[in-house]
Amino acid sequence: MLSQLRTIRRMHALGVMGMNCRNVDYISRYNERKLYPLVDDKLKTKLLAEEYGVSTPTLRFVVSEQHEVDSTQAKLEQLDNFVLKPAQGSGGKGILVVSAREGSEFIKNSGVRIEFSDLRRHMTNILAGLYSLGGTSDRVIVEDVIAFDESFTNFSFEGVPDIRVIAFRGYPVMAMMRLATHASDGKANLHQGAVGVGLAIDSGACLNAVQYNRPITEHPDTGYNLKEIKVPNWREILMLAARCHDMTGLGYLGTDVVLDKNAGPQLLELNARPGLAIQIANGTGLLPRLRHVEGLPDSRRWSASQRVDYVMRQFRQAEQVPAE
Amino acid sequence: MDYKLSFRIVLLLLALAGISIAVARSVQTGMPFLPGLERSVWLVEARIDFDAEGGPITASLSLPDAQIPGFELVEEQAASPGYGFSIIEEDGNRRAEWTRRSASGEQALYYSAQLVESGAQQSPQEPAPATRDAHPIYWDEAEKLAASAVLRRARQTSSSAESFTRELIKLLDDTDADQNAALLRAGESDRARLLMNLLEQEGIITRSAMGLRLEDARRRQTLTPLVEIYTDGEWRLFDPQSGAMGLQPDLLLWHRGGVSVLDVTGGSSSRLSFSMIQQTVTATRLVSSVNSDSIFNTIGMHALPIEEQSMFKLLLLLPLGAAVVVFMRVLVGVKTAGTFMPILIALAFLQTSLIPGLISFVSVVMIGLVLRGYLSRLNLLLVARIATLIVLVIFLISALSIIGYQMGYSTGMTITFFPMIIIAWTIERMSILWEEEGAKEVLIQGGGSMLVAVLAYLLMQTPILKHLTFNFPELNLVLLALILAMGNYTGYRLTELRRFRDMVQG
Repeated sequence: MLSQLRTIRRMHALGVMGMNCRNVDYISRYNERKLYPLVDDKLKTKLLAEEYGVSTPTLRFVVSEQHEVDSTQAKLEQLDNFVLKPAQGSGGKGILVVSAREGSEFIKNSGVRIEFSDLRRHMTNILAGLYSLGGTSDRVIVEDVIAFDESFTNFSFEGVPDIRVIAFRGYPVMAMMRLATHASDGKANLHQGAVGVGLAIDSGACLNAVQYNRPITEHPDTGYNLKEIKVPNWREILMLAARCHDMTGLGYLGTDVVLDKNAGPQLLELNARPGLAIQIANGTGLLPRLRHVEGLPDSRRWSASQRVDYVMRQFRQAEQVPAE
Repeated sequence: MDYKLSFRIVLLLLALAGISIAVARSVQTGMPFLPGLERSVWLVEARIDFDAEGGPITASLSLPDAQIPGFELVEEQAASPGYGFSIIEEDGNRRAEWTRRSASGEQALYYSAQLVESGAQQSPQEPAPATRDAHPIYWDEAEKLAASAVLRRARQTSSSAESFTRELIKLLDDTDADQNAALLRAGESDRARLLMNLLEQEGIITRSAMGLRLEDARRRQTLTPLVEIYTDGEWRLFDPQSGAMGLQPDLLLWHRGGVSVLDVTGGSSSRLSFSMIQQTVTATRLVSSVNSDSIFNTIGMHALPIEEQSMFKLLLLLPLGAAVVVFMRVLVGVKTAGTFMPILIALAFLQTSLIPGLISFVSVVMIGLVLRGYLSRLNLLLVARIATLIVLVIFLISALSIIGYQMGYSTGMTITFFPMIIIAWTIERMSILWEEEGAKEVLIQGGGSMLVAVLAYLLMQTPILKHLTFNFPELNLVLLALILAMGNYTGYRLTELRRFRDMVQG
């Protein structure tokens, strides 16, 4: 009992935000319900991103009805590589990556060769709502494959590392990188065993790394020193997160970004209810930074670039977070 | 801040309103806050439905005696607009009689009685019945042979009139017994009638009786036929189905003797059904409840017909379950499969009782998960998959009920209280969870749901809470205030302390 009280006191001191606090004080206050479809439907996010000039993998075409599925064969055979994904999937479910093609055979990311009939079944499943929230019927998005920046290949096992930035009222307040592990089965999902790396908001350098909520220093599969991570194009990534706020109007927003070696940071998806694990990865709480941003005058109408410069100055290191 | 203050004032007002109305009700009507201070009262309502044929109508219903074994009749009432009503005595048999010059169409007559459980088990001494000629029994040749064969077998294994009757009931009940019993059963579907015919053949004096099984919050119950035999100077009661001798404590002896229970002249398709509810009422209230014109008697649940009351008994428990769910999710942080699914399971537990309910629910969901694993290989569309699951769940439940019944557990039947569609959805969601997040997550969420359901059940079946929610419905305002307050809680959840422990200690 006493140790529990001590835990609560320390969590308070670090400004750790709990689920109830996130739901009541931030999500329900700053995220208007009617804006949710913009981020829950990846197709809407994508079209919006193209409208606002936020870079995102190029959309090839959309399949919305079952009878269109057969006619996609000709279109798919013109593409060398592509990604099939459900518009309303969550947590990376139902995403199929074809990285190459040989004649009528498609080669998946993992090297497995599949036929068009396999793709057709996958599309049928997506349309039926197998991967969508609540099982409602869905649409298939076909888009370009991201050419991953190779600077992180040593740090991620099987999967692709992505960067999650939380932007509050358009100010990027905290960021982390998620690295897939053998335990997480190639998925960048922290509670399945992926590694979370907290990133300094001013530089994109590693602050702290955790797996299963516990601090680690090396990648459990590749053995590389996680402290060496320093994400390139850092300012661009923060800019992208800040602009996603302008584009959606959501006050409390999680932005998932992937680095393309040619095109730079790409918006992968947005989340209107980003989780709390980012605090564990950073080893500090969100609340001091959120309250700081809440204290900024409402009348301030800064551009994304000004806001990014502000946070890079303000939230320099975890240790230097200004007290309330 | 201003908003928070006004919110708190509203909460306070709600809670205060609930408590003060409850206190006022208690003072006004003498309803105590604790159930222990009361006597258990059964409110039994008989309802007679029939189609009137346009002419004069007389409906006559046999009533329980003023001194029924095990019970004491406190008060009786009849409600039937347009009918004359009186209670008459006929050869020691009390009957209610409704009369009307003319009526047509569907008619409903009500008679309700308040019965207090009393210790007295013995029925008053009755004079020995006049030995009368046995009813002429018309049996064809085959039946006559079968009857004498059955009687011979029963005679061989018995020593007295009581044991003879018991053996006879056993022989008639035995489903795989000899063809004689089967033949007799086929000839006379009314088991009590058949038993009486056979007993009279043997020279034992019998008479029929009707009992009512008392179960709280039951509706549309019918009377259970019973048989009494006269031996050693007293009447002995037998249940022709189970063979149990004597009066079971939950059985109310409604009617004895050969006269019919219900007579309707001037009407057709008459039906008799009973609703009942167990109440805890103070002795003072028992007397004053009818005459009192207190406002609380008009806005209380007791003003409703018994049929509705028994429904509200259950409904008024729901806020309690909802509060448990909010508490467990917001303050503790337990993950459940489906937000309010645990309440529905807890409600089902109220009908099945905890352990059998838990066993049957878990086994249905587990078998369902195995079957669902096979379904996922068929690549069905979602709606079809759920529909298939619903059909499978119904099969499963029927199979479990039948197996349970054959093995002698009638509790197996209670599984039908579980909401089928909810079970099918639970299986579907659990199965998707399994595929996507692994078995561990299924255990966490399934276990969480069970934990919340069991907690909600334990609270909902506590006698004092049952008593308070039903007799003081305004206390639900206090629960509402509590739920609203928890809805505004922004502190940490208990499970978050564990989640962030390593982080803050590192």
